[in-house]
Amino acid sequence: MDRFRMIFQYFQSNSESVMNGICGLLALASVKMYTSFDFSCPCLPLYNMAYGLGIMFIPPIILFLCGLILNRQSLVMLEEWRRPPGCRKKDLAVIRYMCSSIMQRAMVAPVVWIIVTLLDGKCLICAFSGSVDPKKFVGFANVSIVQGQQLLAKVPCKDDELMRNNTSRKAVSRYLRCWSQALGWSILLILIIAAFLARWLRPCFNQATLLQARHWSNYIDIEQKIFEETCCEHSRLFAHKCILHFFESMQQEIKLHSFSLPREREGAEGEEDLLRGITDQDQVNKLLKTWYYEKPPLDVS
Amino acid sequence: MDKFRMIFQFFQSNQESFMNGICGIMALASTQMYSAFDFNCPCLPHYNLAYGLGILLVPPLILFLLGFVLNNNISMLAEEWRRPQGQRGKDPAVLRYMFCSMAQRAMIAPAVWVSVTLLDGKCITCAFCTWVPVESLGNASHPRLSQGEIQRILAQIPCKEIYSGQQLIANEVVVRYLRCISQALGWCFVLLMTTLAFLVRSLRPCFSQAAFLKSRYWSHYIDIERKLFDETCAEHARSFAKVCIQQFFESMSTDLVAAHCHLPRKAPVDAGEDTEKLLGITDQGTMNMALKSWHRCKPPLHLHPRALPTGNGWAGQGQAPPHPSTPRRETAAYYSCV
Repeated sequence: MDRFRMIFQYFQSNSESVMNGICGLLALASVKMYTSFDFSCPCLPLYNMAYGLGIMFIPPIILFLCGLILNRQSLVMLEEWRRPPGCRKKDLAVIRYMCSSIMQRAMVAPVVWIIVTLLDGKCLICAFSGSVDPKKFVGFANVSIVQGQQLLAKVPCKDDELMRNNTSRKAVSRYLRCWSQALGWSILLILIIAAFLARWLRPCFNQATLLQARHWSNYIDIEQKIFEETCCEHSRLFAHKCILHFFESMQQEIKLHSFSLPREREGAEGEEDLLRGITDQDQVNKLLKTWYYEKPPLDVS
Repeated sequence: MDKFRMIFQFFQSNQESFMNGICGIMALASTQMYSAFDFNCPCLPHYNLAYGLGILLVPPLILFLLGFVLNNNISMLAEEWRRPQGQRGKDPAVLRYMFCSMAQRAMIAPAVWVSVTLLDGKCITCAFCTWVPVESLGNASHPRLSQGEIQRILAQIPCKEIYSGQQLIANEVVVRYLRCISQALGWCFVLLMTTLAFLVRSLRPCFSQAAFLKSRYWSHYIDIERKLFDETCAEHARSFAKVCIQQFFESMSTDLVAAHCHLPRKAPVDAGEDTEKLLGITDQGTMNMALKSWHRCKPPLHLHPRALPTGNGWAGQGQAPPHPSTPRRETAAYYSCV
């Protein structure tokens, strides 16, 4: 229990760590989703490209939106952006910093999906098998164009009767997979170089502004949390007072309308106070009914 | 529980130990990536070399850069390199030490990838299958084929199921030959890397050990100072927010009292403790100035005697402590969560 509390406190202490944790979990979830998804190419001329490109691009959009939704900071940023200035000026640098950090974290899971898709190769083979030049491959060179297109569209389906044990099918598949993997590794390399340059060159530009923007964005987040906690505490006290008033008013009403007052027993005064004058089933029922039909006003003065 | 906390604190206490952990994880991840990656040689004349060498060299480059990106010290190094001098001199030896230690750790995962790739043999077989000496390895009796035709046939060697040149040269012979060369290269690479690591570690104390100890100490110091600064800022922001919200509620309650509408008063919190934690900074402008001057003009590494806490024997003597570990003790007394 203590261990969990310590880990929890460590992550909670810094909202950036929480966001990093969520970002990592989404990336793992996207890999797991891809491996458990049953890719099934239609192997028909026009459907292939739609299916292949759809599987490559639509889940990343979903993952990006999930990344934005799960990130608490996006709400905080929107609130800060839309609030009226009032007594506190708005600092656009802080809003820009929060926006860029949210976007960066939300982009990780979609990029992981796209790269895993490209390195696996099935999507690209499905989408572009109809676009290869049939003359390069022996089995498809000597057929009519229409038939060639049909055959090429069946390349992703290993178990199709026409394609089983077809060496040209394997050649096309290998060719497309090679391109897909090369594209995947290149994109990964470009992104890592960009991340490296961003980390290396960031302190060279406006480090003081960055420190300020980071501090105040952290502050806004903490302030929001503390404000919510204070409001909770406040509403607890308020509710306590309100309910006390309600019980007192019920007690007074019962005293007025009932002829049999509960006798004060010696030595049980503590319990009497807690029971607040309501000591039998009818009185409790009346109290509950009144609580439902006529809630007390929100005024504890 | 205590053991867990101890391990956790041990890794957190020192950025270097933390980075060692990350470095080990990345080395394991690189072997896992290699085994999960579906190597797929294109078996076409010019594509083979590009694909094989690409798989041998591009992922190590990615892993090397990733080792830098994941290392928090990189922004610390860049910051220390680019900061204005202010009142604290810059020591290029410290920067060099930080860079070397980062580069050494980042080199491990790429070296593991290259070794695993070479020892496995698929990449070299794919890349160099068209370069085998057909005259010495092939069958003597084969029809005269053009150079292009031979290249095309040899390129199919990694793909057993479509290989059509069994009369020209046996597939198993070439694969065994190339794999043997690849594994020899792999073992030589591992031996070379290990020898280099051994030499670096064992010869280091022979050259300027004192300067090395100094650089290591001050690079740790810069790392710890930055972490403590971030923690202090976070603590300050928390106290600032608490007092800010408290004052907001009080002003609301005053307004409402003035308009004859009462809100229950909150129990008075320990305002004294929070005000003290604000360290005299109570508005945005002052905080911005504090952050700007932290970057533009870092304070000198020399604490004044009157700043030291009483009761540890130094303050009475009226002179600055010569031992530089006192700054840590002083900041440790500042707040209790360290």
